[in-house]
Amino acid sequence: MQKHIVVIGAGPAGLESSANLSNLGFRVTLVEKEEVTGGHLNKWHALFPSLASGKHTIEAIVKGLNPGIKIQTATKVTGIEAVNDYFTVSGHNGWQEKADAVVLTTGFQLFDSHRKEEYGYGIYENVITSADLEKQFASGKEFVNRQGKKPERVGFVHCVGSRDEKVNNLHCSKVCCITAVKQAIEVKQMIPEADVFCFYMDLRMFGRHYEELYKQAQEKYNIQFIRGRLSESTEDKDGNIIVKVEDTLLGKPLRIKVGLLVLMAGMEFPPATKALTNMLGLKNVSDGFIQPLDEVLHSNLTEIPGVFIAGTCSGPKSVSDTMADARSAALAVAEYLK
Amino acid sequence: MEKKVKNFGYSVTRDRQIDFDANNHDVGKIVALAEPTLHLCISCGTCSATCTASQFTEFSLRQVILLVRRGETKGLLKEVSKCMLCGKCQLVCPRNVSTRNLIIQISRALCNHEVSGSAMLKP
Repeated sequence: MQKHIVVIGAGPAGLESSANLSNLGFRVTLVEKEEVTGGHLNKWHALFPSLASGKHTIEAIVKGLNPGIKIQTATKVTGIEAVNDYFTVSGHNGWQEKADAVVLTTGFQLFDSHRKEEYGYGIYENVITSADLEKQFASGKEFVNRQGKKPERVGFVHCVGSRDEKVNNLHCSKVCCITAVKQAIEVKQMIPEADVFCFYMDLRMFGRHYEELYKQAQEKYNIQFIRGRLSESTEDKDGNIIVKVEDTLLGKPLRIKVGLLVLMAGMEFPPATKALTNMLGLKNVSDGFIQPLDEVLHSNLTEIPGVFIAGTCSGPKSVSDTMADARSAALAVAEYLK
Repeated sequence: MEKKVKNFGYSVTRDRQIDFDANNHDVGKIVALAEPTLHLCISCGTCSATCTASQFTEFSLRQVILLVRRGETKGLLKEVSKCMLCGKCQLVCPRNVSTRNLIIQISRALCNHEVSGSAMLKP
């Protein structure tokens, strides 16, 4: 009998895992809580480092889906139960399926920048997040701040909600450094006369071509990198944001006015998924994300045979790393079910 | 000899803060035009680690570059004059910054700024 796999979450990881599992000859059901598949990628204008379109990327992934895959959208998974040698997965709307294996591709949630109150998100109009900026890029509208003016200066704040124990997040979200570099370049392309600043603690250019993009940001676009974590921002009467930071390489405090401040929001483990992992009895380590059986040897396996993980539910990843992880999870499932 | 200054029992502490908006950025702009590799510096400190002048004085090319970028140019000419233009920094820079010419261009811009009040080079 054809084995059946339920994949939970239809972002890039869920879509790619499903495509591969289906091609390997399994029956696949992909469950998604939203009305549409694609996850966070739907709201992302361009991907680093190549500036590939987010929309085209998701379209290409969806194109790879075998028509045999059953896609169950608008269904929030509320229960997973291990029964003998199979799992019963059920949704809020009465949907239920039996599965021989379950793949969790539930992704991440964006850090809520309101929690860093001292940065002024939700208080000052011209403090926005990296996700807000992507939406603005995707809208294709002229790049202006909330007063309808082209900002003369734009600041990017790295590590918002990452590497910060004050918000209970010790971990690095990995992708924000390179995203800030990418977005800084995009802002310069739209407003060449603007001065753009990145406030960082460390620049973690770990991926292929990231360092090149960083160099291009300096050389071609004259983007200024100031090493120091923002202490606070305030607003002047014209709606500009006054930023206070230590220039740690000079050992002096620095103040600077910007027309728009962009907070690079990090990745967190979604509480909705926490309920599922609790139900299964899966271990979440101190950073909240799901712990694989072995980080080197079995990164897609969990402590429970038949339950697999792929994508950012097991820690922050770029889209390309997520895709590779999704393919590797499909192979791990195939090995388990053979 | 002790200066006869009336002691009021208090003094004024000057603000250490870099006021980016109040600073003059002409020197930085002129230097970047004359030597665009200024943009490539990543403040790694290899230059100042190899520098003979840095060994014996407070001079640090890494800091000079940052001060120029922030528009903190007051008193910088005296700092820059400590460089002996040996060029060792250029041999070790991982980003291929043309450090020797950079120092020359910074000195020129600062001199012009001091003499004429503007960093702009006269034709």
